Amino acid sequence: MYTQGLDSLGKECLHTSASETASLEERFQAKVDADDKIEPKDWMPDAYRQTLIRQISQHAHSEIVGMLPEGNWISRAPSLRRKAVLIAKVQDEGGHGMYLYSAAETLGISRDQMLEQLLAGTAKYSSIFNYPTLTWADIGAIGWLVDGAAIMNQVPICRCSYGPYARAMVRICKEESFHQRQGFEIMLALARGTPEQKAMAQDALNRWWWPSIMMFGPSDGDSKHTAQSMRWKIKRFTNDELRQKFIDVTAPQAEFLGLRIPDPELKWNEATQHYDFGSIDWSEFQAVLKGNGPCNRERMQARRNAHEDGRWVRDAAAAYAAKQKSRAASQAA
Amino acid sequence: MSNDWPLYEVFIRSRSGLEHKHVGSLHAADTAMALEHARDVYTRRQEGVSIWVVRSTDIVASDPAEADALFEPARDKVYRHPTFYAIPEEVKNL
Repeated sequence: MYTQGLDSLGKECLHTSASETASLEERFQAKVDADDKIEPKDWMPDAYRQTLIRQISQHAHSEIVGMLPEGNWISRAPSLRRKAVLIAKVQDEGGHGMYLYSAAETLGISRDQMLEQLLAGTAKYSSIFNYPTLTWADIGAIGWLVDGAAIMNQVPICRCSYGPYARAMVRICKEESFHQRQGFEIMLALARGTPEQKAMAQDALNRWWWPSIMMFGPSDGDSKHTAQSMRWKIKRFTNDELRQKFIDVTAPQAEFLGLRIPDPELKWNEATQHYDFGSIDWSEFQAVLKGNGPCNRERMQARRNAHEDGRWVRDAAAAYAAKQKSRAASQAA
Repeated sequence: MSNDWPLYEVFIRSRSGLEHKHVGSLHAADTAMALEHARDVYTRRQEGVSIWVVRSTDIVASDPAEADALFEPARDKVYRHPTFYAIPEEVKNL
């Protein structure tokens, strides 16, 4: 999306004086305050650009790495229907990664750079994908909880101040809804199945619950980016607000399934009209973030292998394109 | 890792009778691959009946910083709109 045009624009910006920058910044914020959208070639503060690059590329990487835990079950899905659905879902995740990389590129970072950052381990992706998928019920729990939490996070981003990100999120949110519903359907089938199947569903809920509610990020007091991101309208709700919303809608769903959320303190609070819940073990979150989750190394290795194993395909495609081009040129001559 | 395939902008006609609309971009080695990738990335749910792909470098865009000057000539020409003209209410079909 006009990435190249941005490069030349960036060079011109170097010559603006401090007072000019201040007035540009003022106009930028006024535009954001008026709920106008910022588009790729519009002037924007460098910090806004960098924040978006970080957030969108992390989001894209999460979609790509997120294909791994679920891809693990494609060959072992219990029926042809489940297999077709899971393939479609994993393909969607790949597509979401592509929409997001393309949105990030409008900010002046190349796809190669982003890929390099992912493979070098310098870019982050959602910690949730560093947990293993041990049983088929995990595929249900991921759709229901992980995609459910993602939707809760992503719906407000459809109104993000940056146009290309907002538009990508609209497409993504439309598609995510199927992901969550197919997950719940898997959980429902297991919960209504044999005692062993129900136990399997409960075990998956036990393992995925806490990581899912940690997906909303640190508590508001510890979240260093929240205030600025809200001023820029990149973010519309705080982490804790979204987490509370997610718990409020999910707890009754667990009840419907006849499964128990692994939090003894989870209880409806008539006064606040919200669920109270137990305290989160942030040390686990930090450990996974630092690379010490159950699958961090495995996930990165899988991505690197995929990249290396696909190299000959990329090279062949590039060589073929070059040959076709030179052939067309010599025919025209 | 420096062989980034060129960037293409993708435009989709969602059904016949409607115009092609910009939906996003993608990388491909050549135009044939760009069309295939566009199908896989942007039309997994029958979102289109026709696809255009255009090399991003071939798009010439106006500069948003110059938007005021560029669009200024149309600003004071309200007489281009039908509502500019006062017609007595008794006159019909106008």
